[in-house]
Amino acid sequence: MNYEVSRRQFLGAAGAGIAGTTLAAMGFAEAEEAHAAAIRAFKLLNTAQTRNTCPYCSVACGVILYSKGDLKKGEKADIVHIEGDADHPTNRGTLCPKGAGLLDFVKAPTRLKYPMLRKPGSDRFERISWDEALDRVARRLKDDRDRNIVVKNASGVTVNRWATTGFLAASATTNETAFMTYKVVRSLGAVVFDNQARV
Amino acid sequence: MTNAWTDIRNTDLVVIMGGNAAEAHPCGFKWVTEAKASRGARLIVVDPRFTRSAAVADLYAPIRQGTDIAFLLGVINYCIANDRIQWDYVKAFTNAGYVVKEGFGYSDGLFTGYDEAKRDYDKSTWDYEIGADGFAVVDDTLEHPRCVWSLLKQHVATYTPELVSRICGTPQEKFLQVADWISQTSSKTKTMTSMYALGWTQHSKGSQNIRGMAMLQLLLGNIGVRGGGMNALRGHSNIQGLTDIGLMSNLIPGYLNIPRESEATFDDYMSTRGFKPLRPGQMSYWQNYKKFFVSFQKAMWGDAATKDNNFAYDFLPKLDVPTYDVLRGFDLAFNGKMNGYVVQGFNPLQAFPNKKKLTQALSNLKFLVTMDPLETETARFWENHGEFNDVDPSKIQTEVIQLPTTCFAEDEGALVNSGRWLQWHWAAAAPPGEAKSDAWIMAQIHLRLRGLYLEQGGAVPEPIVNLQWPYKDIDDPQPAELAREMNGSALETVRDASDPTKVIAEKGKQLPGFAALRDDGSTACGCWIFSGSYTEAGNMMARRDNADPDGVGLYPKWAFSWPANRRILYNRASADLDGKAWDPSRKLIEWDGSKWAGYDVPDIAPTAKPRDVGPFIMNPEGAARLFVRTLMRDGPFPAHYEPFEAPLVNIVAPKIRGNPVARVFKGDLAQFGTSDEFPYAATSYRLTEHFHYWTKHAYQNAVIQPEFFVEISEQLAKEKGVTNGGWVRVWSKRGSIKAKAVVTKRIKPLNCDGKIVHVVGVPLHWGFTGAARKGFGPNVLTPYVGDANIETPEYKAFLVNLEPTTPPVA
Repeated sequence: MNYEVSRRQFLGAAGAGIAGTTLAAMGFAEAEEAHAAAIRAFKLLNTAQTRNTCPYCSVACGVILYSKGDLKKGEKADIVHIEGDADHPTNRGTLCPKGAGLLDFVKAPTRLKYPMLRKPGSDRFERISWDEALDRVARRLKDDRDRNIVVKNASGVTVNRWATTGFLAASATTNETAFMTYKVVRSLGAVVFDNQARV
Repeated sequence: MTNAWTDIRNTDLVVIMGGNAAEAHPCGFKWVTEAKASRGARLIVVDPRFTRSAAVADLYAPIRQGTDIAFLLGVINYCIANDRIQWDYVKAFTNAGYVVKEGFGYSDGLFTGYDEAKRDYDKSTWDYEIGADGFAVVDDTLEHPRCVWSLLKQHVATYTPELVSRICGTPQEKFLQVADWISQTSSKTKTMTSMYALGWTQHSKGSQNIRGMAMLQLLLGNIGVRGGGMNALRGHSNIQGLTDIGLMSNLIPGYLNIPRESEATFDDYMSTRGFKPLRPGQMSYWQNYKKFFVSFQKAMWGDAATKDNNFAYDFLPKLDVPTYDVLRGFDLAFNGKMNGYVVQGFNPLQAFPNKKKLTQALSNLKFLVTMDPLETETARFWENHGEFNDVDPSKIQTEVIQLPTTCFAEDEGALVNSGRWLQWHWAAAAPPGEAKSDAWIMAQIHLRLRGLYLEQGGAVPEPIVNLQWPYKDIDDPQPAELAREMNGSALETVRDASDPTKVIAEKGKQLPGFAALRDDGSTACGCWIFSGSYTEAGNMMARRDNADPDGVGLYPKWAFSWPANRRILYNRASADLDGKAWDPSRKLIEWDGSKWAGYDVPDIAPTAKPRDVGPFIMNPEGAARLFVRTLMRDGPFPAHYEPFEAPLVNIVAPKIRGNPVARVFKGDLAQFGTSDEFPYAATSYRLTEHFHYWTKHAYQNAVIQPEFFVEISEQLAKEKGVTNGGWVRVWSKRGSIKAKAVVTKRIKPLNCDGKIVHVVGVPLHWGFTGAARKGFGPNVLTPYVGDANIETPEYKAFLVNLEPTTPPVA
């Protein structure tokens, strides 16, 4: 069991016990039971713990995500608390003011939820389906690539270079996402391709 | 980082210059305070601003932004003049004694071979003299007038404490004290760590800033040792990983290169990548280049990459320019030569220089696709936000498709921290609404394109339709599958090269590491430097044993550190010529008479005899380079150049503006300001409470640091009639912003060559989306020019003017 939980429960129970003993001596045994029942359980007690790392700077502090419901067991999970991972050798449980606000990033009202389309000249986004969005992206990419890829240069050398659509990769996605992105983008012959490390 | 965050505890002296770890990397900075508290280490901070790092420093020296090279060459000059050099290290482990070709020289701020029209050098003299034996000529006495040591001494002699002070605005006595403390670490039992970040990279000579310190660290014998090293504090959580995996115009995973069009055939490509040793018996590890490259091609195209088609060499694009970096990409868009951009987890409208140019570039696109967990200014670049984003949507014809993605808490996989640790993390919840992982989205885009090319045909379909796709659910490749691809596997049974009876990996099995890679197509490996991270023993990146034997700070069983789980790069250099630790209290690996062994994975062949093989195994010399030959565009040594926008002319070479070989696009030159019109030296930076443009979306961070501001000195405030908390307008040749003024003692005017230089500080965290108040960013002001070698924009040094004003209208 998590040490923190057991310590707090112990203190809570002891506090109730001491108060109860005094009250019982004065003939208030029922009050003792009522008081014990009113003590709220430690809120992380029934949460699932997931190990993760802070997505901000490159110190990569260990964090623990506490959720109601366990995603690993196929349950619907809601993250209710995030704190530093005391087992992590770099940060040893600490977080900075950026990392301490991580829950508000996960839960930000400005998190994106649906694919959106902004038409030329429009002043708003409108919701579209994933199929519509992905079909549209694939169509745009193929049309531009087919029209503008340079297959051979002036000297007749095969160059297969596509330089009219650019790709920018991220800075906090996983290695695995990065490799997937690399494979897909390079297979197109794209050369206007960079990630945040450039800046 | 050559070392790791947890290794900083082992140092004697921390130099933070070109960074501000206390605010930008707070929990890593705790290892600095640990070193101070536990072993009496000292901290030097050199910065234009008195930062929170400076606040706990033992010694703070102010410096004008963009003059770090003059400062560092001044320190090198001081070390040479005062004989504070780790001589055994320098003579044995660096190229100090290598003789340079006749004809090489430097005068008036330029090296031999400069072509003003091309803004480039003919670098033919920037190399070693090669002897009749085919190896570089070396003078062990260091007395040859053309040996690197003699040239270096001569090159840095200009940078006297007096000149450093005139250029940098650092008081001479402060500079001398810094130089003295640093030089003391030339002792074999004292070391220094360099912690730097974007404060060094974001200059038109950023790469040379870093070289300046690397050279100094070599002269002091501080590379490869515990508590030493060159420690780049990367800006984001996986910038290291994305660089390692080569998501850049000119890269292939593991620091291999995309071919140039001059390399028409695979043989042409390999002809300059032989990496023949320049000294007898050296490892020159890049000699294995072909193994890494062929294994990568096999990971990409499987059976379609064969010996007969040169392992699908022509499936890769070939470049006609050095790179299509972001500055070139958006310059092309600005000039109407781009049609689309796909932007994954990136906010270029805020993050790239000259916002006005960026807005025009984005407006010229036919389509823009964004993928992000959060709203970004880029996805809404067409939306009017008054003074904060003054555009007319009806005039912008760009179609924008905004795709919602998972954030860290909803995704699984590894990130690479600054110290090269690949740490696995797990998902705790499903994403909101219909958000999807980036990997799923990229897979979907590929599958749709593949389908279209198979059905309809089109230009060059082969690289797309043959892309290796070995995933159980083709619609949803899993992180573990992708990690296994990067580690690599045996396509045929791999046997020991010297003993064919010994099997290294059976067909179909995961490879144990990159030593198992072959150049005949019998192995596949997506990223050779990650090989060993997901082996037959399982996912090494998910290891969570935080044991630290003898408290040395290496944590060898925590996650996986590339390459080969090595925690400190060049660690053979921690021992002397005979393989004994320079400092017995800082032992790392030692030669036991038959092999190298110790706390870390040796960064050398385990049986390489100490006097035979040099520690810098990636270099054909086996030695580290004080003189970098032709490998950098702007010189084999760093030289002082002013920023393109500087408050004074280059004192060393008055005719040169900026870096003489930095690329400047047509139109941008006319947009550089001069000090008569823009008298103040501005710089941009992060704050403790915010991370880039993300945390303004997080309520807690928006509360503790709600509003954009600029910082100026009390003296400048008085001169311009600005009150603390009052509104100011700050403008450059490229744009204008409004901000509240923080009038502070933390910024002081500098005296540079008799001229008073005022510094204006512009933090970068605001925009027009999120929970914080709307605000401007520094990139409305910054110039569109990058570093001469790698094109990182010059965000840290530019010129502005300033006046009191009224609040902006949203």
